[in-house]
Amino acid sequence: MDPVFIAQLIVIGFTFFMLLNSAAVSVYLERKVAGDLQQRLGPNRVGPYGTLQPVADILKLLFKEELRPKAADAFLFALAPVLSVTAAFAAFAVVPWGAETTFFGLLPEPIKLQAGDVNVAMLVIFAVTSMGVYGIVLAGWSSNSKYSLLGALRSSAQMISYELSYGLALAAVLLLGNSLSLTEVVNAQAGSWFGVIPKWFVFLQPIGFLIFMIAGIAETNRAPFDFPEAEQELVAGYHTEYSSFSFACFFLAEYVNMVTVSAVATNLFLGGWHGPLLPEWLGWMWWMAKVLALIYFYIWMRWTLPRYRYDQLMHFGWKVLLPAAVLNLLATAAVVLYWS
Amino acid sequence: MPTLNHFLALSAILFTIGTAGVFLRRNLITILLSVEIMLNAVNLTFVAVGRQLGSVEGQIIVFFVMTVAAAEAAVGLAIVIALFRQRETLNPDAFTSLKW
Amino acid sequence: MDQVLFYVFAALTVVASLFVIAQRNPMYSVLLLIASFLGLSGLYVLLDSPFAAVTQIIVYAGAIMVLFLFVVMLLNAPHEEPPLRTTIPVTIGGRPLRVGAVLGVLFLAEMAWALSRLARQPIGGDERTAGLVSSVRQIGVELFTTHAFAFEVTSVLILVAMVGAVALAKRNL
Repeated sequence: MDPVFIAQLIVIGFTFFMLLNSAAVSVYLERKVAGDLQQRLGPNRVGPYGTLQPVADILKLLFKEELRPKAADAFLFALAPVLSVTAAFAAFAVVPWGAETTFFGLLPEPIKLQAGDVNVAMLVIFAVTSMGVYGIVLAGWSSNSKYSLLGALRSSAQMISYELSYGLALAAVLLLGNSLSLTEVVNAQAGSWFGVIPKWFVFLQPIGFLIFMIAGIAETNRAPFDFPEAEQELVAGYHTEYSSFSFACFFLAEYVNMVTVSAVATNLFLGGWHGPLLPEWLGWMWWMAKVLALIYFYIWMRWTLPRYRYDQLMHFGWKVLLPAAVLNLLATAAVVLYWS
Repeated sequence: MPTLNHFLALSAILFTIGTAGVFLRRNLITILLSVEIMLNAVNLTFVAVGRQLGSVEGQIIVFFVMTVAAAEAAVGLAIVIALFRQRETLNPDAFTSLKW
Repeated sequence: MDQVLFYVFAALTVVASLFVIAQRNPMYSVLLLIASFLGLSGLYVLLDSPFAAVTQIIVYAGAIMVLFLFVVMLLNAPHEEPPLRTTIPVTIGGRPLRVGAVLGVLFLAEMAWALSRLARQPIGGDERTAGLVSSVRQIGVELFTTHAFAFEVTSVLILVAMVGAVALAKRNL
């Protein structure tokens, strides 16, 4: 067997496993950080400092009864969580999390620490994120319940509206990085100016970064853009009728989407795995630290800001964020043209 | 290895399926979906021949076809909504008031 | 390997398209068409055209089909009734001329003849054409220089379509 092939398989398996773990870690972090922001201790009973809390959560969810409304379309009802989870995991497949490595000379040629290698990685992420809408739409429709349907329609309209700004922010980074491949965009951010400020794109594109993060938060249906699944308004939106494992799938998909958006933002704007003091082959530690910082930012936003009302949300997406993204792209294009 | 004729045959089959859908289905939305199938068959032909001749023009024309298909789907669905409001049905046989 | 992948994706596309036109629930039709588009996207990747593949997912499967889905959900599109027999066959001397069947058989014969003359070489030819076709940079260059006018006209077309769709679907014009 070709050692490169085996190494590739191991990398794929490892990435999948770590992604599952990252969802669990995000659940734990969410509750601890929420507790910290609200000046209370989070969960601290289950395991040391509550670290086994996600395990307890998942076990509780798995032991619940699996319900299905009688008038629900059985096939679509079962398909919707599968679609959500598949899209969430597939988007992470093209995100590289470390530099090319030969594992200390074990391999004849370097392989990328990436589950799949395509040279149009940025577009693939965008495409798979657009497919994530279907899980939500089908969940709402097949539940045959008005809360679910309204939540699903609002959620999908919100997601496709904010996808535009997401794509335009991506396009501006594409101009700077000069390639669609994420590895090359990260490598374009190596080094630093004056030895002090790292050459990350966030310093060249601060507005672009902001637009990307805001659009990312809206894409993943997190607060302050989580009107479609808000408890006070819509019971639980599109996953009202789901319980046990299907709900766990939606839950998992939401957190994995969060991790994916943070990972892509890290690679595009925060320099990926480049950082001072550590050698190249330990770059993945910097990568994890940056992704954790962005996840913390996500959680901080949720527990600090009040929720946008739906029409305010759509107004913001179309009339504020989209023109800002277009202007950002034009300005970036002008500057790149002038400087080369 | 698939040859160009494989792709052209597949494209012809898809186009036939689309045409059959337009003729046989009695639901406005399914008719529009069949038109989309036909457009996709044409896209496949363009990309296959573009690959054969080593030119990117195939993909460029596909880009334009997709854009036009999007515009056409949007307007077509708006018309379907307006028609549904009038007659409460999606059966094209209900909209025959202009027939002699 | 390419042969196997071709048949897998082609089978997915054709079977999904057949079921789109064959079964009665419009919701399932839309979902099956999305599956068909995924198959086509795989075929584009086999043809060394990743840009076309990804654009197919983003535009067709990700946007146009969402639009169809919204309309199906909004109109609560009902299951279709079976068609009424309202057509009268063309007759000559009392016996029907099955024109459609004749044309169908002729088309089938034509397809069989075309397939029997299969080319020997695989598609493309050499590595160089693959590199030319799969470069997104090349697509961008040609799109914005040779086809710049068509690009601008397309943007106007989309604007017109947006305005038209909103105007047509309004409750009171």
